[in-house]
Amino acid sequence: MEPAMEQTQYLIVGSSHAALEAISAIRMHDATGTLTVVTRDAHLPYSPTVLPYVVSGKSAPERVFLRDDDFFARNAVSYRPGAGLAALHADANTAELADGTRLGYDKLLLATGTSPAIPPIPGIDTVSYHVLRTLDDALGLRDAIAQSRQAVVLGAGLVGMHAAENLVKAGASVTIVEMSDQLTAGYFDKVAAQMIEQAFTDNGAKILTGSRVVRLEPSPVGARLTLANGQSLEADLLLVATGVKPNLEYLNGSGVAFDHGILVDDTMCTSVANVWAAGDCAQAKHFFSPTPRVNAILPSATEQGRLAGMAMAGDAGIKPYAGGVPLNTYHFFGRHAISVGSSEAPEGSEVLTRFDEKTGRYLKAIFRDGRLAGIFGVNEFFDGGIMAQLIVRRMDLTAVKERLVADPLTVGRELMSRTWR
Amino acid sequence: MGRAYSTIAFDPAKCDGCGDCMTACAQAKTGTDDWARSRIQIVGRGNATQGAIKDAIEDATEKAFELALCRQCADPKCVTVCPAGALAKDGASGVIGWDASKCVDCLLCTVGCAYGGIALDEVSGHVSKCDTCDGKPACVPVCSKGALTYVTTANIYNEVGDWEDLFAPGLAGCQGCNTELLMRHTLRRVGPDTVLATPPGCVPGMGSVGFNGTTGTKVPVFHPLLTNTAAMLAGVKRQFKRMGRDVTALAIAGDGGASDVGFQSLSGAAERGEQMLFMVVDNEGYMNTGMQRSSCTPYGAWTSTTPIGAGCAAGQPAQGKTQDAKNLPLLMVNHRCAYVATASTAYMEDLYAKLDRAIEASKTGFAYVHVYSPCTTGWRFPSDQNMEVARKAVETNFVMLWEFTPSEGLRFSRSVDDPLPVTDYLKAMGRFRHLSAEQIEHIQGKVVENSKFIQRFSEQAHGG
Repeated sequence: MEPAMEQTQYLIVGSSHAALEAISAIRMHDATGTLTVVTRDAHLPYSPTVLPYVVSGKSAPERVFLRDDDFFARNAVSYRPGAGLAALHADANTAELADGTRLGYDKLLLATGTSPAIPPIPGIDTVSYHVLRTLDDALGLRDAIAQSRQAVVLGAGLVGMHAAENLVKAGASVTIVEMSDQLTAGYFDKVAAQMIEQAFTDNGAKILTGSRVVRLEPSPVGARLTLANGQSLEADLLLVATGVKPNLEYLNGSGVAFDHGILVDDTMCTSVANVWAAGDCAQAKHFFSPTPRVNAILPSATEQGRLAGMAMAGDAGIKPYAGGVPLNTYHFFGRHAISVGSSEAPEGSEVLTRFDEKTGRYLKAIFRDGRLAGIFGVNEFFDGGIMAQLIVRRMDLTAVKERLVADPLTVGRELMSRTWR
Repeated sequence: MGRAYSTIAFDPAKCDGCGDCMTACAQAKTGTDDWARSRIQIVGRGNATQGAIKDAIEDATEKAFELALCRQCADPKCVTVCPAGALAKDGASGVIGWDASKCVDCLLCTVGCAYGGIALDEVSGHVSKCDTCDGKPACVPVCSKGALTYVTTANIYNEVGDWEDLFAPGLAGCQGCNTELLMRHTLRRVGPDTVLATPPGCVPGMGSVGFNGTTGTKVPVFHPLLTNTAAMLAGVKRQFKRMGRDVTALAIAGDGGASDVGFQSLSGAAERGEQMLFMVVDNEGYMNTGMQRSSCTPYGAWTSTTPIGAGCAAGQPAQGKTQDAKNLPLLMVNHRCAYVATASTAYMEDLYAKLDRAIEASKTGFAYVHVYSPCTTGWRFPSDQNMEVARKAVETNFVMLWEFTPSEGLRFSRSVDDPLPVTDYLKAMGRFRHLSAEQIEHIQGKVVENSKFIQRFSEQAHGG
C-alpha cells in the first residue's frame, strides 16, 4: 500500500512578493490552517527586482532575502525550497512536484513568476549565454562581468539596460541590440529614451536599435552574432534580456485557462475551483485595457498576492482588484526615471511636457478627459504613489493640470491632503 | 499581545503654515535649513516656497494646511514593495526603519506610498522618511501653535495591558459607559493589595459587589451605605493597620453618594486625614436609580426630577435644573487633603499620573480623585460618543483638569487658555437641548467664573 498522500489546507507555489503577501493575508484571517510553500528556488525568498543590484555589487547577495527562516516558523509555514511544481492535477486537488512528490491541497495559489523568454535565433543553442532571473543567474553574471572585455546585451528593457550599465562601469565595451526602434519602450517615451540612450553612448556603450540578430555561432572569443543588416559582433559575454514569459508548463491538462499568463478574475481565482494565481504569472484585469493583461511588476504582484490570500482564506474584507497600473522606476548613470500609468496617448488625450536641457529634467503627463492617465519623469522626482492614486481614483484634474505639470511634487501632495489623507 | 505605538499627531485647524517644524526637521536630519530636505512636509493649498507657504484657496473656511509625513502604517506598502528588504516595521516602536546598507535607491517605495511619506532627498540621492527621532521628534516641540503633538498614550496600553485585571469579565454597565474603563484601569493600577468600598450607585450596579454570592472583583469589596462609606472604609483601614498589613483603602463612589448624603462622612474622613484613596465617579446625578438630580448636576440640565416643559412644577414651565452644581473637588481642596485632583477618561495619561500621586498620598493621608464620567443614558447622547463628550467638557473648560497638594498648591495639568465655546459641549448631548439663549449665557458665564475662580488658586500657588 502506498503511504497516504500529504495534505495541506493552503498550498502556495512560488516564494517571491505575491507568495509572501498571500502568506500574510492568509495568516491574518486563519492563524492555524496548514500552509505549505513550495518553490523551485533553492534560497530564502528574494525579489527578482533586486538582482541587477546583486550584479552591480550594490547588494550583498547574502543580505537580499525578504524573509528569514524564523518568519516561516512564526507563521507556521512549511517552507520547501528547491521543490518546483511539475504538474497540476486540479481535478484531484493535487500538485505534483519535480521530484515526484504529490501534495494534496484545499486551496492552491500559483505564484510561479516568469522565466526568461529566449528568442528563437538560429544557433542560440550552440553558444553559452547569460540570463538574469534568479539569484544564481545574478551571481554568475556578476562574476562574468568582472572578466568581460567585449559584451553584447540582447534586449534594451530595464533588465538589459541595468546589466549594460554594470558592464560599462566594469570597463567592458558594450553593445546593446534591440529589435524595436526605441529602448525601454513601454515605460518611457522617445524623449526619455533618447536621454537614456545619450547617457549610455556618452559612457561608451553602442546601442543598435531596430536591429535583429539572425544567427549565433561559437567563436574563439565566445559567441559571434550576425545582424539582419549583415553586421557581425563578437562577444565574450552574451546576455539575453529580451523579456520574460510566465512558467506555465505545469498547467498542461489541468484545465486552468491561460493566455499570455494564467487568466484570473477580480479576486485572482482561475478558471478552476480552488486554484488562484497572482504576480507575474497571472493575467488579470488591467486598468487601461478592456481585456486582462499580464502586468509583471512588483507592486501588482504584492497587491494580487494579498487579494489571492484573502480570497483563499475566505476573508470577507476583500475588495475586488481595481486593475493593474504600470509603475516603474529606473536609475541610469546617476539619474533617475519614474514611470506611472499608461504611456499610450490615444486620440483626444492631452499631452503636457516640459524639458530643461540644462538640468536634464524632463516631465510628461498624459490626460484623458481631464483625468491623469500617465506621468513620466527623468531627474524630476514626484510621489509615484500619489500619482497612481490620482489615476486610479479618476480624479478630474482639469483645473490643476498646468500646475501639476509645473510642480508635480507639491501639487500632488496638495491633492492627496485634500482628498484621501 | 500586540503593541500600540506613539505617534505624531497633526491638527490642521491649528497650523498656520509657519514651517518651523520643517526647519527643525531639516536641521535635525541634514544639518541644513532646507525645507525640501525636511521629512515632515507642511502642504499649503497653493505654492510652497521657502519662507512662506501660501494659501491659494479663497474659501478661508476650509482648512488651509495639511501635511505629508510617514504615517508608520500598520500595513506599510513601502515595505511590501521594497525589493531589497531595506524597509521594515519595528515591532517595538512601530517605526518603519530604513536600512541604508540594504537600500538600492530604486525608489519603488515612493511609488508604493500613497501619502508622500517616503520621498527622494535629491541632495543625498537616497530616500528619506520620518523615524520620529527615536521617540523625541524634533518637529513637535518647535510647533508654537500646538498643531503637532506627540501622542504617547499607547504606553498605557503597552504597560497596563500586562497588569492583572481585578474586575470580573463582563460587567452590567449601560452601553457606551466609560465607568467600566475607569474601574478596570483604576483597580489595575492600585493593585491586588486593596480593600474596595463601593456604596450604592452605578459601580456596584455594574457588578463590583457581584452576583449570586460571588464578588465582581478579585479584591475584597464591600457595599456600605451611601451615608457611611468614608467612615466604614476608615475603620477597615485602621484595623488592617493595627494588624500590620499594608493595604490600600479605596472607595469608588458616585457623585450622589459623595456630595449629598455621604458628604458628612467624606468630610469627616478628610478632616481626620484618614489614609485612603477616595475616587468619585461624577456622572452628575443619581443615574442608576432613574436619573434624578444631585448637587453635582449642572444648571439647566434635564433630569427626571428637574424636568422641562409646562405643567411640571405646580403648573410652572420648568427648564431643567435651576441651581448651579456644587464644586466638590474644590471643597476637598479646602479640607487641605494630602492630594486632590480632577481627571477625565478622555485624558488617560493624565489620569494615570494622578492615580500614581494619589496612591502615594493615600499612604500618609487622605487622597481624593474626582473623575468626570459622561452618562450615555442619562445625558442623552449616542453610545459611541462618550470620549468625545468627555473631551469636549475639558476643551470648553466646563471641566478643568488640575491637582492640588497643600505644599504645592493647585496646578492645572491641562491649560485652560483658549477654551472652545461651551455650546460645543452643550450641543453634544440631549439633556441641554431645551436651553434658552439666556440659560446658555448663564452657563457660559459660570464656566468663565469657575475658571477664573480656580485660576486664582493656581496663581497664588505659583506666586502669580
